[in-house]
Amino acid sequence: MIIDSACNKNLKMTVKEIQNEIVAEFAGFEDWMDKYEYIIELGKSLPMIEDSHKRDEKLIKGCQSNVWLDASFKEGRLYFSADSDAIITKGIISLLIRVYNGRTPQEIADSDLSFIDEIGLRENLSPTRANGLVSMIEQIKKEALKRI
Amino acid sequence: MKQIEEIRSRFAYIGTKVYGKPLIYFDNAATSQRPESVVEALCMWSRYANANVHRAVHKLSGDATDHYEAGREAVRSFINASAREEVIFTSGTTASINLIANTFGEENIMEGDQVLISEGEHHSNIVPWQLLCKKKGAELVYLPVDENGEWRMDLLPGLLGSGRVKIVSAAHISNVLGILNPVEELVAAAHARGIPVHIDGAQGVVHSCVDVQKIGCDFYSFSGHKIYAYTGIGVLYGRRELMETLPPWMGGGDMVDTVTYHDTRFAPLPLRFEAGTPNFLSAASLGPAIEFITSIRVPEIEENEKNIKFYLEDQLNKIDGLHIVGKSPAKVDLFSFRVEGAHHSDLAMLLDKMGIAVRSGLMCAEPLINKFGQSGLVRISPAPFNTMEECEYFISSLKKAVGMLRQ
Repeated sequence: MIIDSACNKNLKMTVKEIQNEIVAEFAGFEDWMDKYEYIIELGKSLPMIEDSHKRDEKLIKGCQSNVWLDASFKEGRLYFSADSDAIITKGIISLLIRVYNGRTPQEIADSDLSFIDEIGLRENLSPTRANGLVSMIEQIKKEALKRI
Repeated sequence: MKQIEEIRSRFAYIGTKVYGKPLIYFDNAATSQRPESVVEALCMWSRYANANVHRAVHKLSGDATDHYEAGREAVRSFINASAREEVIFTSGTTASINLIANTFGEENIMEGDQVLISEGEHHSNIVPWQLLCKKKGAELVYLPVDENGEWRMDLLPGLLGSGRVKIVSAAHISNVLGILNPVEELVAAAHARGIPVHIDGAQGVVHSCVDVQKIGCDFYSFSGHKIYAYTGIGVLYGRRELMETLPPWMGGGDMVDTVTYHDTRFAPLPLRFEAGTPNFLSAASLGPAIEFITSIRVPEIEENEKNIKFYLEDQLNKIDGLHIVGKSPAKVDLFSFRVEGAHHSDLAMLLDKMGIAVRSGLMCAEPLINKFGQSGLVRISPAPFNTMEECEYFISSLKKAVGMLRQ
């Protein structure tokens, strides 16, 4: 489970504010490779999911990369941990977790993910079978909706 | 060198940029780019020769039919089929194989029979046979590939010797392994036992001068979009004597001779297998596309193709922890590989940002990639007119990407 200090700090901000913060961070990169370098760093710093959670029912299988997602619900808030075999996917996951972790189901259900567009990662979330990320976002929303 | 520059100038995409970097297209095994001659011909026909084929008496329909049939004649000559009746237009390789499974298979495969394919097939040459076998109570059996990806020809006599194999279907060149398979030997062995053979030429038609009579196969299939033509058109070559015995599959217009409310007499070959309005513009585009591919099969370009193949293979092998899947003296310039410590989709994403289009993932050949213990690979498939400079840039970009992912 990922409840670190950054997460607690995040809870004082709205979903929208965190998204704006991420967009501001990415605005500093001049070139695509720098942007990806940063995402790779994020991917490497995201704690690995415990192997016991990497069960088939948590697996979101994609043609390109696999994503494991585990959700828990505590005191009205949802917490997520996730992992992927691809490091860039993991980096993007860490951004999603930063936005969604510790939110109420209602906040998650109401959220849009405009930051993905604004930092130019839309292609990584295109709704094809090529990528497990789209399914991961759907799964996060589903976890929220069933608790509303 | 002059000739390569001239050929490159015929492609609008060459010289364009992605993410501010010159685009290097190394995904030709999935779809090739189109020379202007093909694009212009299609635009012209779309504007001035767009009418339904084989139907009306008016001038425009006659013109459209001429272009459509010229596409057929271009294919016939390109693969050296003995007659135009042997060239059936389909929507692509996948549709061609489904056509065989649903006509020949429907008629000849019974409970307890076997269909023999190789372990090196893509999904298009697996799933139609799985569907057929399930429906008929037949068995799908595989010719194994060895650790290098080459067919285990030593096991072929045993497999054919079961006495139950009713058709063999195998790739001329696997889209993952890039090895030119010994298809003539396969056909000879199968024919010695009276078993018909289909060769999946989706990649083979790109990398070799296909002569269906020399190969001796009963069926050969391929797609237009991998040989510089438009999408949505493919070919099924079928040996005439065999095709004459097959029942129709899809019913509709254009495949009929006379129709009453109670019965239908079917049209002769090839129209019997072309129900409904065909993709006549894309079919016609095969004409200029084949003209183009034939025009680049000249010593200077073939030399270039060979040089970039050797360079890429050599340089890839020098990258620490990189493993090419598919090794053979009969290798074409198509390389699938894995890199220790770097995920295939990460590599593909980083290369994309450096302007290089490669394929990654399962490449529609999941069983084969799993056989090699992988969840995906990176594949590069250059065109014969890619330059050495582009290959050098690719190698340095790949090294950079690997470095970023491994640190």
